Amino acid sequence: MLSIKNLHAKVEEKDILKGLNIEIKPGEIHAIMGPNGAGKSTLGNVLSGREGYEVTDGEVIFDGKNILDMDTEERAREGLFLAFQYPVEIPGVSNLEFLKASVDAVRAHRGQDPLDSVSFLKLAREKCKAVNLDQNFLKRGVNEGFSGGEKKRNEIMQMMLLEPKLCILDETDSGLDIDALQVVAEGVNSQRDPNRSFIVVTHYQRLLDYIVPDYVHVLAGGKIVKSGGKELALELEEKGYGWIENGAA
Amino acid sequence: MTQAVSDFHQQALSQWVGKSDKFQRLNADGSKAFEALPFPTRKTEAWKYTSLYALTQQDYNQAVATFDGAEVAANYQVDSLDVQQWVFVNGQFQANLSTQKNESGLHMVRFSDASAEQLALIEKHLGQVAENERNLFTALNNAQVQDGVFIYVEKNTQLTQPIHIVNVTTQQGQAASAFNRCLVVLDQLAQATVIEQFVSSDAEQDVLLNQVTEAVVGNGAQLQHYRLHKEHESSLHFGGVYVDLGRDSQFNSYQVLLGGKVKRLDVLVNHNEGGSHCEMKGVYLPKNDQHVDIHSYIEHKAAHCTTDEIYRGIMADQSKAVFNGRIHIHPDAQKTLAELSNKNLLLSDKAQINTKPELEIYADDVRCAHGATVAQLDETAKFYLQSRGISAQEADIMLSFGFINELLDSIPLEPLRVALRPLLAQQFSSDRALTQHILHDEAGA
Repeated sequence: MLSIKNLHAKVEEKDILKGLNIEIKPGEIHAIMGPNGAGKSTLGNVLSGREGYEVTDGEVIFDGKNILDMDTEERAREGLFLAFQYPVEIPGVSNLEFLKASVDAVRAHRGQDPLDSVSFLKLAREKCKAVNLDQNFLKRGVNEGFSGGEKKRNEIMQMMLLEPKLCILDETDSGLDIDALQVVAEGVNSQRDPNRSFIVVTHYQRLLDYIVPDYVHVLAGGKIVKSGGKELALELEEKGYGWIENGAA
Repeated sequence: MTQAVSDFHQQALSQWVGKSDKFQRLNADGSKAFEALPFPTRKTEAWKYTSLYALTQQDYNQAVATFDGAEVAANYQVDSLDVQQWVFVNGQFQANLSTQKNESGLHMVRFSDASAEQLALIEKHLGQVAENERNLFTALNNAQVQDGVFIYVEKNTQLTQPIHIVNVTTQQGQAASAFNRCLVVLDQLAQATVIEQFVSSDAEQDVLLNQVTEAVVGNGAQLQHYRLHKEHESSLHFGGVYVDLGRDSQFNSYQVLLGGKVKRLDVLVNHNEGGSHCEMKGVYLPKNDQHVDIHSYIEHKAAHCTTDEIYRGIMADQSKAVFNGRIHIHPDAQKTLAELSNKNLLLSDKAQINTKPELEIYADDVRCAHGATVAQLDETAKFYLQSRGISAQEADIMLSFGFINELLDSIPLEPLRVALRPLLAQQFSSDRALTQHILHDEAGA
């Protein structure tokens, strides 16, 4: 599904990723944990092709294709989805027109006809319900005035509508109380599928109680310094990151 | 033909003034004021960023020759809008393109057709709000005025249909000027909606339209006003909207300014008596080489009045915009609530905006705010849209449209709102595939 080899990337002339390797097979959930400044969010932005994030070495093969030459929207249409740590508020652009534009673009790429507005509205309402968002959120500006929890649920709703192959959840748990966390986790779990993979980027083990990973990786100093099963997360929670970083140094 | 700057006044006076037997006093005062006002240069504060160079390159002080605007009807029809519609082509009334429905309590006549009683009302108000000293084109309009539209709504009358006044300009063999005038008088507790629309034929034209509208809103009366411009890229417009507000009256104005080579609009609102409310919302979207200049003046002369003024502009290509918004709180205007906001989006490195929100306060118990911003499209928002599969081009259009969407959504007259949506979307792209999502069905969500 996703193969990252020796990935180096810099932001504003500063090297952030320094030789990152990771292999993800269909259906797997990989958690990436690590201290502040390790490059966790950079990874999501680099994979999505955000401007200003420059790949200096290495390769990223997604579903058999080299995505590093693709624009952000092409990657999204290929099935890569980044759930933002801080979803952007866009007043004046309604959630519904935004969602329709996204779904139409992805469907067109897959050779599917666009959904008519009635069918789309029905679908969007279903997904709203699935993440426990009131239907009024469809009329409002994208994330405009949404609470932290509502924004994250809106991200999960988009994921459900776009049906991506690979989802990167960038610190989805930040700013969420325990109830919102459960709703979001349930949403994610409902999307688990033998053909869909997840990268869950998080600071804390807590989220992984709800979204149980197959693998846990520790990202520090721009590369994966330790990998293991889900029990590694518990160990990190207990001991902190210091012991790994010291060991790696 | 090139003419010297000083010639402009001379030619204008000899061409336009002294042709009427009506309104002689107004004509004389206007002409005197016009003569005294210097031709604006870059050093004239009110014209600092708007060049009148075009007026020195060709002789615009020539009469228009043709008045056939029938082919332009598609440019101003609004679906499902049941209206009184009067059409003027190059300043001349076109009975064959106009419809008039009788409504009790409404008097709508041309000055030239007015009864003695109506004429007395016209003479009482005409030129009383549109001050000569404000703007030389307003002075010139006062100097030449002979005909125009008079709308009078009787006391306690609430009009059921909007009034739609269309001004069309069409191709002429040479540079030329056209004039028009509108006077709206709402008596006590009357309510009316007036839509002023300015369009052109699709042909290249060097027509200058000088149009002034005055409104006198009586005690407790409410005027909903629209000023919608979409002229040809070669046409010039010098316009003014001058409003007097009575006690507890209300003025809601919605302005959409598109097209035109040079467009200047002055809007003056006088809060003359207590308790009046003014809501003013405008968008200007110049592109290519277009130039648009808005000067608004809100005069708070009485207590307990409110003003809510919001303008948003999006400048594309090499276009230029000027926004000068002034709110003046006079010493007696205690308990005033006034806000002015002007936000601008520059879509290109060559586009320009000069904005100056001004607040002048001489009363001590008021709440006022004013502000202006200039920005470019938000890169983070654009990345967010692209990360969901939306193309960069469509993302730009969605974000640009989103910038003015709020103002568009606030337009109370639904058929107009529905008609304006595609018109505004077209500003950003003529490719339907790129605008389809911002043109969603209103009922959709």
